[in-house]
Amino acid sequence: MAVKKSNNTLKLQFDTSRQYAPAPESASIASIKSRYELFINGAFVAPTEKKYFNTINPATESVLSSVAEAGKKDVDKAVVSARTALNKYWKKMPGKERAKYIFRIARMIQERAREFAVIETLDGGKPIRESRDFDVPTAANHFFYYAGWADKLEYAFPNRKVQALGVAGQIIPWNFPLLMAAWKIAPALATGNTVVLKPAESTPLTALKLAEIIQEADLPPGVVNIITGAGSTGAAIVQHPDINKIAFTGSTDVGKIIQRAIAGSSKKATLELGGKAANIIFEDAPLDQAVEGVINGIFFNQGHVCCAGSRLYVQESVYKIVLQKLKDRLETLIVGDPMDKNTDIGAINSKQQLETIQKYLQIGQKEGAEMYQSSCALPKKGFFCRPTLFTNVAQSSRIAQEEIFGPVLAIQTFRTEEEVIEKANNTPFGLSAGVWTDKGSKIFNMTSQLKAGVVWANTYNKFDPASPFGGYKESGFGREGGLHGLSAYVHLI
Amino acid sequence: MATSVNTERLEVLKTYKIYIGGQFPRTESGRYYVPLNKSGKKLGNLCLSSRKDLRDAIEIARNAQGSWSARAPFNRGQILYRMAEMLEGRKAQFIEELIAQDATRQQATREVNESIDRLIYYAGWADKYQQVISSVNAVSSAHFNFSIGEPMGVVGIIAPQSNSLLGLISVMAPVIAGGNTCVIVASYQKPLCSVTFAEVLNASDLPGGVVNILTGKPEELISWMADHLDVNAIIYCEKNQPTIQLIQEKAAGNLKRVLLYDAINWNTNEAQSPYYIQDTQEIKTTWHPIEKTGSGGSKY
Repeated sequence: MAVKKSNNTLKLQFDTSRQYAPAPESASIASIKSRYELFINGAFVAPTEKKYFNTINPATESVLSSVAEAGKKDVDKAVVSARTALNKYWKKMPGKERAKYIFRIARMIQERAREFAVIETLDGGKPIRESRDFDVPTAANHFFYYAGWADKLEYAFPNRKVQALGVAGQIIPWNFPLLMAAWKIAPALATGNTVVLKPAESTPLTALKLAEIIQEADLPPGVVNIITGAGSTGAAIVQHPDINKIAFTGSTDVGKIIQRAIAGSSKKATLELGGKAANIIFEDAPLDQAVEGVINGIFFNQGHVCCAGSRLYVQESVYKIVLQKLKDRLETLIVGDPMDKNTDIGAINSKQQLETIQKYLQIGQKEGAEMYQSSCALPKKGFFCRPTLFTNVAQSSRIAQEEIFGPVLAIQTFRTEEEVIEKANNTPFGLSAGVWTDKGSKIFNMTSQLKAGVVWANTYNKFDPASPFGGYKESGFGREGGLHGLSAYVHLI
Repeated sequence: MATSVNTERLEVLKTYKIYIGGQFPRTESGRYYVPLNKSGKKLGNLCLSSRKDLRDAIEIARNAQGSWSARAPFNRGQILYRMAEMLEGRKAQFIEELIAQDATRQQATREVNESIDRLIYYAGWADKYQQVISSVNAVSSAHFNFSIGEPMGVVGIIAPQSNSLLGLISVMAPVIAGGNTCVIVASYQKPLCSVTFAEVLNASDLPGGVVNILTGKPEELISWMADHLDVNAIIYCEKNQPTIQLIQEKAAGNLKRVLLYDAINWNTNEAQSPYYIQDTQEIKTTWHPIEKTGSGGSKY
């Protein structure tokens, strides 16, 4: 419903008594075992030290399952099995046969998409709508895309012979658990590498489901090994002498530790790290679309997105109206049960992450920024955070400089193009950026001057298997996705 | 009175200085070293560049980077070609210097010829590599999506120690063809033609600061270069394992890209390819929505 305001602008009216009826997805579609073992050499095996940890549903704090913790010996077993599989099967297999295995995995994810989506939401807290419409289909598509490359690599690297690197150790984060597993495993397999993958300790379940699929798909044993655990398991993978390649997605701090840890070894690395993306609205932008894009840019997946548009720059002349529109839109966001199909913002992934976000909310206020939050009620149980805007933010403020990884937007203003380019690039990160304007020549000026690996113009947070993703500067190196994503897993001779 | 008078003309010896920002200063440290060739002949008093020289050069390279990468690739190609022309014109001098640095005349002639050809090779790539490394990506949604290469920024180069001219040119040319600027630490034992090459650069319409060349001890400068937060990538061409480890550890401070060109025979064609240009390029992907009208729709 639109109401005509005195200043001649249309304003959405939200003070209505109409409420969305709950539309919960059924948790019963997911079969979650009470305990998961390590997937090594094609079989589920108990961890050597018999240690297990719980994974919980962050929306209810109830335990979902108990998961094996891989120790050093287990990591070694996984690496040995990956090495054996490389030499025994995978290296010798023609590309077109490798391709068919990967296609098969893609199809099996599609077949069990609903189950994957439910488990992803239960384990990670993201809205079911996002896991159903984004995470799971995009993961399946990623396998499908890279499958087709397996027998065509000579066309990707003209005048060169392509050789697999060997065994890839892959460590992935908790924000897109299944999708990140797909981003890592699919290109590695297509280029003829074998894999040891470790999902994040707070979200291991969909990766373990993927292990079941890989087992069912009859992939030769050891080609993909999936082992669960926390930081020490990851460290054991990074330090293992028989691993040729480390692929890591996570924080910049840990990325630096990894780069130091593998210094002097012959391990190759791709690091997909943190970001603090600028999302820039010019006065000539279609403002409603821009506001929608900004909301999606920062609140998609509770803001647990490395490329989240967490810094908003609004041209001064439209600042007031944009801010009002943002606040109005903020009020309409439905925060709560991730399993409800109406939910826009689900649960924060873990208690620890909620505390980090809350720490930043305090820092922002202490530093003199003004905080504005949605007035929505939060569920009593579980980890939730209201969508938050900060205005009056200084460029030097920590909430404008550091990655928060939560639903928190820092808003600043600018007058000229030069000024906003300078401000947007004034960060050690360089993962992504957004630009909103209706003027074509301005778009290309901006997109070419912003120092970031992915630039969205008049859109935000779009992803596709064919589209390379990765950062400049301290957002890491290497690309995932598309033709350029193949380079991360090959030697060229 | 001297018993014998030398009636031959006295040779004018050259002063070898460093090259920063299009100028030829001496090292601010006032330090020098005297490299010897195999027969023990002194090659000259060379600048032993300091940490301060390196920092100055990096700052200047950073300031020069924006306008260099903004130049038309065609123009960058012309400047690289101009370098080749200038080098061709001064061939004799480079051959003599290489001979002074222990090459045979035949080796020296070959190295200079190949150096000229390598510059021309990359001159030709400057406005073509983008077409080879970029892509339009077929995404499933209604978006125009493309990926291109952009320069990483400032590249620190420890030039090959053995092929003091061809090695330096082979590493430098793809870096600047792609719009980066660089700071090069020349061969320690064979520094003569790196300084003379700076004179070629200076006469080639290359803007000051795009290429900066220091002479001195690599082991003194490497650690500062790998530490420096305004260096985006570092190229090292030797097999020295402790140095490789040092570079890689320090590079983590700002996630520098580390490129090891330690197994390349600079005299062969394996030392030239657009893949070397790509090595110091970042891939940037841009998205824009496509409006849908009618039933046909549009797609890229």
